[in-house]
Amino acid sequence: MQKMPAWADVVLIPLISLLLAAILSGLVILAIGENPWEALKLMISGSVGSSYAWGYTLYYATNFIFTGLAVAIAFHSRMFNIGGEGQAMLGGLGVAYVCLFIPWPHWSLALIGATAASALFGAAWAALPAYLQARRGSHIVITTIMFNFIAAAFLNYLLVNVLKPMGAMDPATAKFPAPTHLPSLHDILGAFGIPFSKAAPANVALLVAILACVGVWLLVWRTRLGYEIRAFGHSESAAKYAGISPTRIIMLSMLISGGLAGMMAINNVMGEAERLVLNSTEGAGFIGIAVALMGRSHPLGVFLAAILFGILYQGGAELALWTNIPREMIVVIQALVILFTGALDNMVRMPLEKLFLALRRGQTATTAGE
Amino acid sequence: MDLMTFLQLGDSTFRLSTPLLLACLAGLFSERAGIFDIGLEGKMLAAAFFSGAIAFVSGSVWLGLLAGIGASLALSLVHGLASITFRGNQLISGVAINFLAAGLTVVVAQDWFGQGGRTPQLAGAARFQNITLPFTEQIGHVPFLGPVYVELISGHTFIVYLAALCVPAAWWLLFRTRFGLRLRAVGENPAAVDTAGISVVRLRFVAVGICGVLCGIAGAYLATALQAGFIKDMTAGRGFIALAALIFAKWRPWYALYACLLFGLLQAVALRFQNINLGGFVLPVQFMDALPYILTVVILAGFVGKAIPPRAGGEPYVKER
Repeated sequence: MQKMPAWADVVLIPLISLLLAAILSGLVILAIGENPWEALKLMISGSVGSSYAWGYTLYYATNFIFTGLAVAIAFHSRMFNIGGEGQAMLGGLGVAYVCLFIPWPHWSLALIGATAASALFGAAWAALPAYLQARRGSHIVITTIMFNFIAAAFLNYLLVNVLKPMGAMDPATAKFPAPTHLPSLHDILGAFGIPFSKAAPANVALLVAILACVGVWLLVWRTRLGYEIRAFGHSESAAKYAGISPTRIIMLSMLISGGLAGMMAINNVMGEAERLVLNSTEGAGFIGIAVALMGRSHPLGVFLAAILFGILYQGGAELALWTNIPREMIVVIQALVILFTGALDNMVRMPLEKLFLALRRGQTATTAGE
Repeated sequence: MDLMTFLQLGDSTFRLSTPLLLACLAGLFSERAGIFDIGLEGKMLAAAFFSGAIAFVSGSVWLGLLAGIGASLALSLVHGLASITFRGNQLISGVAINFLAAGLTVVVAQDWFGQGGRTPQLAGAARFQNITLPFTEQIGHVPFLGPVYVELISGHTFIVYLAALCVPAAWWLLFRTRFGLRLRAVGENPAAVDTAGISVVRLRFVAVGICGVLCGIAGAYLATALQAGFIKDMTAGRGFIALAALIFAKWRPWYALYACLLFGLLQAVALRFQNINLGGFVLPVQFMDALPYILTVVILAGFVGKAIPPRAGGEPYVKER
């Protein structure tokens, strides 16, 4: 028997967890002598109050959709891909190579090429940890953490020693050529006569991210592979008995996951910076964990959670600009969201389950008494 | 290379291995009891900040050390609550703790000191001073052994010697006492421990507590001994290198010492030589930085001996009803 109605599991628990995280964040803000209510108002107006603000919020959200989907698809096969950060860095490398060394005639072709390259590089970075998990039983969490550090060192080496143009000081590639410039939301919405801020970095990659959400939904719930991934995630032994190969599922789910994380690079590297810089990912790979947990590993949930975290990031930047609350406050909030929606899930769930059971018992008692 | 270069490299290795060793032993206690802990990094960071801050405010490094241990223990309690009491995912809890520490230390440091997320420089009694061991004057003249004693063995801070003592202590506690036997059992087969009438929950909380204390000392060492004050993200992945060392050591105390010395040496070499020229082939410094992680992956892959974690690691224990 289900202890709780489905809506409570999908909506109520994340909301309560979010509320707890918000209350604690408010207390932290209070403790450093700022007004949490004013901070909240500033965050909201700074992140959704104008089309400029929306442009930044959606730009961040695009990153988080990709990394969130990456963590989510891995969760479905009960893999914890903590390596989104490294995979996204490698995705950036793929984008840089494709944009710098192939003479693209038009941005649309460049986008397709860059998307494929970023996914390929990201997937390649996930391939070895996946293989080691599948065939040698090495714990995926540890290997992907190690691969994050290896990726950082590798990119550092490439940018400092190999890809940096002659004579340049900062460790970054040359600027990508003009034909690879992606249209921003200003250009796209402008074509339909809708005014949108020109300065904001949100770009066509947002549409790719939304397509990726739909694609992941189709994959997980409408294909045979998705069914196998979910079956494997629910019970490895049952899946094996049904003739599903664990190696194949672990490999495929992690490759897809790495590919999605890598695809983030079309937004931050190709869409915004238009060159590859050191630490281009800025922790977005880790935020994917929070996003996937909040979104209950469902593409729609991931989409909404990514927007929420986009608001948090843009709002947090505004806070740092106008108040004494440093930008790192976002990291605190992010940590609390992960803590309450992920690790302390049972703290909210157990009392709620008891409550719903008690309510139901009360109902059956009254109907029996009639 | 002359003797002096070697000695300086060894000296630097000891200094850099110490936080790794303390964090590694911390992870050892936790993981041997069946609680995975990828939050070592966060606990060290929190301890580094609070030890630096309190040492600066009070002027006493010992109060700083206590504050660091306290901060680390508080995060351990959160981890215990999430992974033991509420049977949550231990990995996710660890991730959350890392972020919590990374964010909170900067937010609080900015509020307290207003120096962009760092503590002011520590000096005098607010730092651990180097201890000169006895007889350095007399032995110093002896060729070879003299410089080795003076440069390499003597002249470290209290915590370096403490960390070295922690290795036999951890071995003795884990492998020669009843408590240690129970602690290891609870990481392999908690149900058996439960059947014997011993509280799994309490044992695991104690293990997580020991982990917190050791991480606290490691963090305090970073801010008050290795460097003079806290700076943002000063752990710089040491918690994860410690985790790597733990796997490298296959969850055993003496091997943890060797693994941490090896990784400390790698850090010391990378720090001193930057790019290493191996007769025409230049080993880039980034490769040295990545080497601990690469070695760990190789070990994990099982090609060089198999690393088998405690069997009940990562799984919350549910008492049968």
